[in-house]
Order: sequence, then structure tokens, then C-alpha cells
Amino acid sequence: MIKQILNFAFIAMCVLGISNCDSGSATTDGDDTKITTEKPSIKETASKTKMVDLKVGDTAPDFKLKGIDNKIMSLADVEDANGYIVTFTCNTCPYAVMYEDRLIDLHIKMAAKGYPVIAINPNDPEVKEGDSFDAMVTRSKEKSFPFAYLFDDGQKVYPQYGATKTPHVFLLDADRKVRYIGSIDDSPNDPEAVTKKYVEMAVEAIENGKEPTPDYTKAIGCSIKKKA
Amino acid sequence: MRIDIVLLIYICLSLLGCDHHKSASVSTTAVDFNMEKEQAQELLIYDRFDDIEYIFNYKNDTTYVINFWATWCKPCVEELPYFDLLFNDYSEDKVKIILVSLDFPKHIQSKLIPYLEENNVLPQVMVLKDGNANNWISKVSENWDGAIPITLVYNKHKRVFIGGEVPDYTSLEAKVKPLIIY
Repeated sequence: MIKQILNFAFIAMCVLGISNCDSGSATTDGDDTKITTEKPSIKETASKTKMVDLKVGDTAPDFKLKGIDNKIMSLADVEDANGYIVTFTCNTCPYAVMYEDRLIDLHIKMAAKGYPVIAINPNDPEVKEGDSFDAMVTRSKEKSFPFAYLFDDGQKVYPQYGATKTPHVFLLDADRKVRYIGSIDDSPNDPEAVTKKYVEMAVEAIENGKEPTPDYTKAIGCSIKKKA
Repeated sequence: MRIDIVLLIYICLSLLGCDHHKSASVSTTAVDFNMEKEQAQELLIYDRFDDIEYIFNYKNDTTYVINFWATWCKPCVEELPYFDLLFNDYSEDKVKIILVSLDFPKHIQSKLIPYLEENNVLPQVMVLKDGNANNWISKVSENWDGAIPITLVYNKHKRVFIGGEVPDYTSLEAKVKPLIIY
């Protein structure tokens, strides 16, 4: 009798133990809730421009922004463009800085195919001094940037793209349709360890009439600096 | 009958231990800091996200507050004191705070450890070196695209993702408190 009780208890414990030992990913009761911080909305800092979240397939807006050559530039001004590598980047973010040389190489290689890099600094210099227009001019000269480096004065353009960090790439085709969003390659920290050059792969796909794969990647970057 | 009891006890003990993460012998280094203080702290350095994935999947009664930050990230550093406050205010409760630093390996000794010591950072700090972030960002949250800082607050029932910096301590506390299991 005792032996039978013990046997039963033994089996019951095993069953209980095994059911508690589930090491799969945590189940969630509710949805994975995105809770944005309670800052004044983008509207207040960007003349009531709503924060759009461009997806692959959407049409991106054109803009008129001042470049480090003091000229106002639009995408429409680019001659013989097959597309545009719109890149939100800045002076101060370490991830953006790590990509500077690669951005230069990317432009040299891609502009020849009709896909110039158009770099845009989306940060508010009152929040981040090192991202002022003058600092942009200095950096551009120091590193001999061959690409346009534009200042998102008033921070009106980056919300129209849905850029959330620097660096953040939006590859557009000739009709300004978004074809790829995300990182330049798969190894920000170490150029030697790059195995996938996402933007180059995406351009090649477009040239061959195919859809870029991947068409969206994620990477660590610095949040865009705006007033609290 | 004796064998039954022995087997039973053995199985109970091994099942009770089943929540433990894999041992830190998998591509991890531990560096001690704050050596002069009463409690020396340990900074755990991980090469790959796979080695820390377990911290996002606990199923006990603890509420986990996991923050991604770096010393070079100004808004990250500005909100870090709120996590120290949380650490103190909820030290009696089942709350565990983990600060995951994305500082570059070459800055761990020169920037991160001095920062932790000078600012007396209290919660557990880990460094993640895994540079192929596209592989793991979504595993932390589908809502996260990679900008830092971000904070994930979760217990076995619910997950809350805070995208961006918390404006003040009250906001952070308001996200954590409802998830505490008593």
C-alpha cells in the first residue's frame, strides 16, 4: 500500500516537475505593448509634421534641405538618378562615425551606377552641439565626403521618413519608392567582419528587376536628438 | 522502497534546479570592479546574444527590468540614475534590474568600468559584444528597431517595452510597479 502511494507520488512529482520546467520563450498574456515615452509630440518641434513610418513599397517624400556647400538640394536635382541612398547620419553618434568610411566607399561605388548617397543630419544642434551645421561642414572637409551632407533644419524631414536613429538608410528607386530600410551592412563594429553588404545587395537586386532580400534590417544606433 | 525514495528525491532536486541558466563558461568573462567598496561588483561580458538570451525568458515570480545603454549614449546615461533609485526603492520586492551595456570592447576598461565606479551604479551590469545586432534585436522586442536607450519590463504574465528614454523616475516606476508579483 505504502509502496503504491509512493509510486503514485513519484509519478505525480515528475509530471509536476516537467510541467514547471518549460524553458521555451516566455508566453505573454497581453500583447507586447509598445509604450512611447511621454515627450512633447514631434508636432511641436517640427511644425505639426506627423511621424510617418515609411515601409518598403511606400513612396518617400522629396525635400529642400541646405547642404554643407550652402546650396539647397532636393532629390529631384540629382541628374540621371536610378535611385537614392538616403542616409540619416550625424557627426556625434559612434555608430554613425564607424560607418563614415564605408559610406564614402558606398557613394563612390554606387553613384557611378546612379545611386548616390544623400546624407541627412536629423539632430537638433541645441540638444547636441557637435551636430551643428558648422560642425557638419568641418567634418565633411576633414574626411572629404564625396556625398551631399544636408541639414534637417527644424527637424521636419526625418519624421516624414520615420527615421528613428543614426545611422538609418532608406534606399529609394528612381520613383522614390522605398526598396530597402535599415543598416548598411551586418557588422557595424568591425568592417573586417562584414559578411553582408545590405545596401549593395539591395541595389543589385533592383538592377536585376528583383526585390531586395533582405528588404529590412535592424541595427544598434543613437536615437535622434530632439528637445524634450 | 528505498530505491523509490532515493529516485524521487533525486528527480525532485534536479527538476527544482531547472530554471538555472547555462553556466557562464560559454564565451563569458567576468571583471570585478568597486574592489575597495564593501561589496565588489562583477561585470559580466558576453560575446554572443545567445549567451544572455535566458535573461529575457525567466518564468518565475520576479519582475525583470532590462535596460540597453552605453556610456557614449547621452540619453542613456541621463536616465541611469532612475534605475539606481528603482534598485533601492524595490530592494525588498521581487524585482531584478539588469543593465546591458553595448559599450565597445576596447572601452570596457577605459570608459565603462570607471563610469560604473564613479557613479556607483548599483544594478547588475552586463556587456554584450555581439555586433550582429540584426540577428537579436527582434528577440528582445519586435517593437525595437535598434536605437538606444530602451527598457524591457516583464514578468511571467506580461511584457512592456519602453522605446526611448524615460523622462523621469515616476514614469519608470509607473511601468514597473503594476508588474510586481507579491
